Amino acid sequence: MSAAIELALPVQPIHTISLFVNNVPGVLVRVSLVFSRRGFNIESLVVSPGAEGDFSRMTVTCSGEHEVLEQIIKQLSKLVDVVHAIDHSTDNSYEVEIALAKLECSLSERAQILQIAKHFKARAVDYGPESVILQANGSSEKIDAMIMLLRPYGITELVRSGKLLMARGKKTT
Amino acid sequence: MAKTEDSLDPEMNQKLPTGGERLIQCLEREGVEYIFGLSGGAAMPMFDALLDSSIKLILTRHEQGATHMADGYARSTGRPGVVLVTSGPGATNTVTGMLTALMDSAPIIVICGQTITSMLGKDAFQEADVTGITYPVVKHSYLVKDGSQIPRIVREAFHVATTGRPGPVLIDVPKDIGQDPCDAPFTDEVFLPGYQVPSRGETQPIAQAARLLRDSRRPVLYVGNGAVISGADKAVTTLAEKLRAPVVTTLLGKGAMDETHPLHLGMFGMHGTAYANKAVADCDLIMSIGGRWDDRVTGRLEDFCADAVKIHIDIDPAEFNKIVQPDVSILGDARLVLEDLIPQIEMADTADWLEQCEKWRKLYPLKYPKQGGLRAQHVLDRLDALTEGQAIITTDVGQHQMWAAQFLRARSGRHWISSGGAGTMGFGFPSAIGAQFGNPDKKVWAIVGDGGFQMTLMELATAFIHKLPVNCLIINNNFLGMIRQWQEMFYDNRVSGADLEGNPDFVKLAQAYGVKGLRIRRPADVDRILKQAHDDPGPCVVVAEVVKEDNVFPMIPAGASIAEMLIEKPKGPLAKPTGST
Repeated sequence: MSAAIELALPVQPIHTISLFVNNVPGVLVRVSLVFSRRGFNIESLVVSPGAEGDFSRMTVTCSGEHEVLEQIIKQLSKLVDVVHAIDHSTDNSYEVEIALAKLECSLSERAQILQIAKHFKARAVDYGPESVILQANGSSEKIDAMIMLLRPYGITELVRSGKLLMARGKKTT
Repeated sequence: MAKTEDSLDPEMNQKLPTGGERLIQCLEREGVEYIFGLSGGAAMPMFDALLDSSIKLILTRHEQGATHMADGYARSTGRPGVVLVTSGPGATNTVTGMLTALMDSAPIIVICGQTITSMLGKDAFQEADVTGITYPVVKHSYLVKDGSQIPRIVREAFHVATTGRPGPVLIDVPKDIGQDPCDAPFTDEVFLPGYQVPSRGETQPIAQAARLLRDSRRPVLYVGNGAVISGADKAVTTLAEKLRAPVVTTLLGKGAMDETHPLHLGMFGMHGTAYANKAVADCDLIMSIGGRWDDRVTGRLEDFCADAVKIHIDIDPAEFNKIVQPDVSILGDARLVLEDLIPQIEMADTADWLEQCEKWRKLYPLKYPKQGGLRAQHVLDRLDALTEGQAIITTDVGQHQMWAAQFLRARSGRHWISSGGAGTMGFGFPSAIGAQFGNPDKKVWAIVGDGGFQMTLMELATAFIHKLPVNCLIINNNFLGMIRQWQEMFYDNRVSGADLEGNPDFVKLAQAYGVKGLRIRRPADVDRILKQAHDDPGPCVVVAEVVKEDNVFPMIPAGASIAEMLIEKPKGPLAKPTGST
């Protein structure tokens, strides 16, 4: 259980890719096959309907060699159902992530946990006699930092949305 | 209630075609003349519709054969080949054929029956998740969810399969959709916002390429399958002549320029001619025209044309920087790019370079021993003399394929058909059948080994039934020869899994199918028997009983650099190759 919630520390660089795709069955498989064939590990993946009904948005964060990334972007772009694929790893896009963390805690620990939560502007969304669920949002790095501080108190469950991203100004996501 | 429906339905259905009929009508609108396939339960609505169609059904004996026939038809004509099979095992038998077509950019459409929509995913009889199984081997695929989608899907499938870098497209059709009424209107429009087809190249990189070519003293034009697909035969020749540059081709680029042209040095790469490889190793500029810098041609990448300027013309942007980082990359159709490039070309100062290439050609000719039994090279050399590039040649995979590539000189595009990328054994004979259907006025010769032939030999029935003039030349050494060659050279001659002892008598086998069987045992018989088969109006199997343990040379061991090319059999043992297979 504890192994499951330990933060995976990537040895390879993390990339963030946005995809604009046809909203059709199978598109998720086609996209994920491009990553798996090249040995890229998908760290997080968010799919949601786009502004127009026939299209979907995907935000993928993944780890792997930088040289391979260019090939992955090209292979993704080649898929008929992918309208465009953009690497946002280096641009200054707006990024946000939501996390839910459940902690088992005694009454004495609760105050300390809530103090950490307050510092990170996280909210307690559920109180049980021996547990609390915190909801945090912000950059993935901020959430990483909060989780690191909370870990000594015993995080029993952690659910993260994965990174959401939008390019600033008139740039395309 | 049920009674009312019963009495209403037949009347209504009379006017409407079934989904299967609609699909076949869509294929007619695409100009399809043949469908290669094998029937089965889930595909019955479409096979039924074929009875009333102008499209001719070619019933194969195995679905793999159907895919290779469609592939051979497509590569030899430039028009898409169509396959129709049933669900489950019928569909999974097409996977090898789709991989073959994907790797070599051949436009085929594979239509599969599927279990009824309400049973999808419930382990119905002969159900397989065919779209799921085939994702990695298709350019694109469709699972039809509603009969109204049929015209749009068929139109899109043909558009995607045949444009840009061609490839296989799969359409999975549940049986209920095939048999339910379907009045969806035909459509000619394609709306695919995620699919772009490059055509002309950009001006700036083309001008840059022209400058680099002008300044080069030792240029080489490296011609690949993209040049054949785009019909760049003339443009390649014009460019080579204007520039005075030698030309080398890949296995699949054969025919993009007449191989008997004085500037043509033949195929390069692992089993290419020594003079082509020496030219590539020594050039100061190499320009790929629709080639993908495959490991069979580059050998060890760090040593490949290390100091040469590299120009890459390709219609697939994912090919740039995949294997090599070109100095100039030009995205576009090979023929259109060359046509824009040629007016900017001035004759380069290459006299010394061409003289050097000619020296190599004289110094290291392709050769084979004239004594000691019947040699495959001799048979193929004579077949080249007999056919003079007018026949369509298909090959299987292995030693015979490399010897054929060396000795059969393709004179024009779409006359040389071989499984290059996938290296699919069993491809040669059915692809020849498909090519013969597409080219009734041409002679088609399949060149196969005894190993590969036995993977799809049941298509002898297909050749017999349709009285095709197709010939199949079996280079029989009773071995998986290329495997045996590697084991001899790199594994201390420990032959494992390569001895095909127990081969049937291929002449009798052909005769059992009603096909004429001829045998060549002696070098003196080669010309006579090849001619006899060539002039025969029906299918012939010619079995050349060649020496058992011959090797293909020149050879660049996998993963070695061109400088390590073996012109002939080395004296001592060699280290195991480091490169891919």
